[in-house]
Amino acid sequence: MDEKNAMTPTSDEKEISRRALFAKLGLGSLGLAAAGTLGFSYQFLSPNVLYEASPIVNAGKPESFSLDSVTLDATTGIFLIHVQEGFFALNAVCTHLGCLTAWKPDSGQIACPCHGSRFSREGVKLAGPAPKPLPWLRTWINDDGDLLVDRSTNIPAMQFLRI
Amino acid sequence: MEAGRGTFLRDLRGTRVWRSVFRSGTGANTLHRALAIQQSIFLHLFSTKVRKRMLAFKSTWYLGTLTLGTLLILVTTGILLMLYYHPSVPQAYADVKDLKFVVSSGMFLRNLHRWSAHAMVFLVFAHMFKVFYRGAYRPPREFNWVIGIILLLLTLLLSYTGYLLPWDQLAFWAITVGSNISSAVPLIGNKIHFLLLGGNQVNANALLRFYVLHCMILPLAALLFVAVHFWRIRKDGGLYVQQSEPRKAGTAEESQKKVPTL
Repeated sequence: MDEKNAMTPTSDEKEISRRALFAKLGLGSLGLAAAGTLGFSYQFLSPNVLYEASPIVNAGKPESFSLDSVTLDATTGIFLIHVQEGFFALNAVCTHLGCLTAWKPDSGQIACPCHGSRFSREGVKLAGPAPKPLPWLRTWINDDGDLLVDRSTNIPAMQFLRI
Repeated sequence: MEAGRGTFLRDLRGTRVWRSVFRSGTGANTLHRALAIQQSIFLHLFSTKVRKRMLAFKSTWYLGTLTLGTLLILVTTGILLMLYYHPSVPQAYADVKDLKFVVSSGMFLRNLHRWSAHAMVFLVFAHMFKVFYRGAYRPPREFNWVIGIILLLLTLLLSYTGYLLPWDQLAFWAITVGSNISSAVPLIGNKIHFLLLGGNQVNANALLRFYVLHCMILPLAALLFVAVHFWRIRKDGGLYVQQSEPRKAGTAEESQKKVPTL
């Protein structure tokens, strides 16, 4: 078998030169390294530990909220509302662009100072650019009789906490 | 007296030290004047020769140059402000107040930084309107227009990230609203929001990230693209001067055949 025969492809398989093989290997490893760098960067930029306030808020004794009262806790961004049907908590952060809303006793509405969205006391959107109603938050009474609110868990509207 | 100074300068430019620094050497002929531009790392971005009408006020209103001027003021005053500002929650607001009321010339430097920032945003827009309405974005300058868009975005991002640093109510709610807008990006919006703030709320991580973006990442990116922007002016045939008659169609082919501009 002479050299010429050895060089001839014996089947349909594509011949690949040594130069092309090394070029592919080199580019492939560079691509792999680039993908690794991207993943590494993404992980580095995402903090694993956040020193943010706990999502669960202890609002104290339910008796401290008089009937038909709307109480804003500005530091945690929740409304605690006591009505005839029971207690409920609303997320006070506007669903439009995240400003803190406020209760307006004169009009009986919740209003956002940034872009003028308005909500009913039950969180239903009445006006403005907000795309969604204010979410209802999970509330419960712990063993000490304190009212607790979980800011990270939304519940369907009109589920009052009866005590 | 005049002759004496002239001789002194000529002698100085002939010395070995001068020539080792500037390379172009002495001489006032066309070649040496071109070399003085071409052999300097800062000036070689620009054309060695420009037509007088390109430099006329009415061609550009000097809007690009004025934008560069505000950028240089912002870099200078910004570095000085960094010497008194700590990007941390307990200190940021107090530091800005100190800059205003306690530090010598602090109010001047801070206001210069603030007003230059406003002026830069205005000048960038004015520059782009001028380029647009004069048709200076057309080939062969179309890619420099794209670089200009990148520079517009960098300017706006610099403006936005700097807005948080005083850490007052205005800053806090502006960044709350602005960063929530990034959540509107389809699919990855919440991820972008999280990475931008380094958390779910505007707090210490967000302040530090905006500080690093404002003082390191965005200015470096801006300077890089500014350099490319200037270099492309030369490569694309110099500053645009409005023709009395727009070129006819079909000349696009002609311009392809043109000798490339060095």
